[in-house]
Amino acid sequence: MRTDIADKCRFEIRTPEPAKLQIFLRGDLVLDTAPICLKKIRENLRKKLPGLEKTVIDISGIQHLDDYGAMVLSEIRNLTGLSPERTEITGANEDHRKILGMTDFDRNSLCPLSPPPAPNLVIVAGETAINAYNGFLYFISFIGAITVSIARTIRHPRSIRGGDIVTHMKTTGVDALPVVGLISLMLGLIIAFISSMQLKLYGANIYVANLVALAMVSELGPIMTGIIVAGRSGSAYAAEISTMKISEEIDALVVMGFDPNQFLVLPRLIAALVVVPMLAMFSNIFAIAGGAIIGVSMLNLPLDSYISQSMEAITLFELLWGLSKAGVFAVLIAITGCLRGFQAKGGASSVGNAATSAVVTSIFLIVFFDSMFAVIRIYWGG
Amino acid sequence: MEPAECLRVENMMVRYGHSLVLDDISFKVKRGERFIIMGGSGSGKSTLLRHMIGLESPESGKVIIENTDMTVTDEETFMNLLKKIGVLFQNSALIGSMTVGENVALPIVEHLRLERHLTPVIVRMKLAMVGLECYEQYLPSEISGGMKKRAGLARALALNPEILFLDEPSAGLDPVTAGEIDELILHINRTLGTTIVIVTHDLDSIFAVGQRVILLDKSTKNIIAHGDPAEIRDRHENPEVRKFFKRKSVSGNTR
Ligand SMILES: Nc1ncnc2c1ncn2[C@@H]1O[C@H](COP(=O)(O)OP(=O)(O)OP(=O)(O)O)[C@@H](O)[C@H]1O
Ligand SMILES: [Mg+2]
Repeated sequence: MRTDIADKCRFEIRTPEPAKLQIFLRGDLVLDTAPICLKKIRENLRKKLPGLEKTVIDISGIQHLDDYGAMVLSEIRNLTGLSPERTEITGANEDHRKILGMTDFDRNSLCPLSPPPAPNLVIVAGETAINAYNGFLYFISFIGAITVSIARTIRHPRSIRGGDIVTHMKTTGVDALPVVGLISLMLGLIIAFISSMQLKLYGANIYVANLVALAMVSELGPIMTGIIVAGRSGSAYAAEISTMKISEEIDALVVMGFDPNQFLVLPRLIAALVVVPMLAMFSNIFAIAGGAIIGVSMLNLPLDSYISQSMEAITLFELLWGLSKAGVFAVLIAITGCLRGFQAKGGASSVGNAATSAVVTSIFLIVFFDSMFAVIRIYWGG
Repeated sequence: MEPAECLRVENMMVRYGHSLVLDDISFKVKRGERFIIMGGSGSGKSTLLRHMIGLESPESGKVIIENTDMTVTDEETFMNLLKKIGVLFQNSALIGSMTVGENVALPIVEHLRLERHLTPVIVRMKLAMVGLECYEQYLPSEISGGMKKRAGLARALALNPEILFLDEPSAGLDPVTAGEIDELILHINRTLGTTIVIVTHDLDSIFAVGQRVILLDKSTKNIIAHGDPAEIRDRHENPEVRKFFKRKSVSGNTR
């Protein structure tokens, strides 16, 4: 097969006078033969190049020529190192001329590719700063636009799409329940297990219940839920909205007279605000159940005393504090997800970037706001 | 000498769920021919195309390309067959994160053992063929719909396929650009001898490019007319069919 292909393209190189090179090509110069043919011509050509002033490529013997063949001719022309005017193609028939014309053979260097400008530290730094500043402005205006949409929705409550809220409550809340439950249960097991190893030394087994309940309700429950929802739904919000953005669906909404924020952001925001605290509540319950499994099975605590000990450990204030943190996280997740979605432009990869940066940003914000809450509590003396 | 056939569809039946979309479709395409598949909206043209290029397999029937049955062949033969066909999708389907040049280079780099520095040369030639010289560096989101079509065409032509499938090449384009695309298709067919299969309902294109046409019908889910476009327009026994070919196209774009 190999030799077959090589046989199809034959060539002959002559130098009738020292400064003149003649190349006669025969056979097929097409996709299959072009690379091999070119390689052989190049090997043969190397010795004959010095002192060359004119090249004539005769293609009258070529039966089939396609654009890969044209590429070979252009490459031979480059190999000789002569300017294109000093290379002549002779013997082209009608078909050959069509191909050469179609591929712009004679004007091949019409638009030299400009290499991308070398990165300059000052320019890069400046661009980054400007982008960051613009991003911040966009963020402020986005918050403003959402506030306006909320105000409008309060005045005309029927303008919001209730069905969408329910759908998002299902996908953000109900569908997340299994994974939130499972992770919290295991978290409860882990906390109880580790703390029991310490507390056993002092015979204070029963305080495992306090530890699990307190840690989960005031800190870990809301944070874990927030992180899971950011990963599941924050990314989904960003992906959905950015896909709509790049396929002009958002423009279509605007033209039809919808407010995209009201149409897309508010249902997600409201749904998240409702379901994330609920998920946090479930997370608390599952974690306490996990702790109880360790307490009952390894520490031989009676189940009812474990539960009543847990109940005593948490106050109503503690519970509400935790749940309102979850509500704040919900707002952060929904707004970041939607914001990143709206910021997407370009092709499919921008959808991926939007989803990634939605998750990263919202997890960062969750942790940041959580520490703010801790500071507030210290000053409040809670 | 009668040119050999290079594509044959035999008794193809396609069903989505419970609804039958194509029922017992059979036809042949000869080598070097410009073949047109037309039909009303929802008559299953795109569906037929997707099954012909092996993206989906029909419930029953065969698609034979170059003497190989696409529906039953093994992976390797199928992959080799794919190199012989080029497809222009309805929305161009350029990869958005790559420049126009990289899109065209994609199949070339993957399937040919070209020396590295030759790829830009051939890419430039391919783009010149479709009238997009100097647009290598643009991203698909930075060029117009008609230019995307042409870039998609350049990519479909990258490996000089034997058969070129085009899904609505002129839909959504102005009459002049649509005419240019038709010219281009004719040119490619004549210079490279590529067999061309076009799905379209642009009447101007059909008469400009088509040598043979089949008309799919939504109600019978089968081919109701078959032959030379002008012949069908003037002499088909079914007045409905004649009407389909006669509707005045106001702007050249008859969607
Ligand atoms: N993936 C799918 N699932 C279910 N039904 C489908 C699917 N794809 C197509 N159909 C149905 O098959 C029929 C034919 O669709 P197809 O897209 O092939 O039409 P078409 O002839 O290309 O129309 P148009 O000219 O509008 O593009 C339609 O009735 C459509 O509803
Ligand atoms: Mg279609």
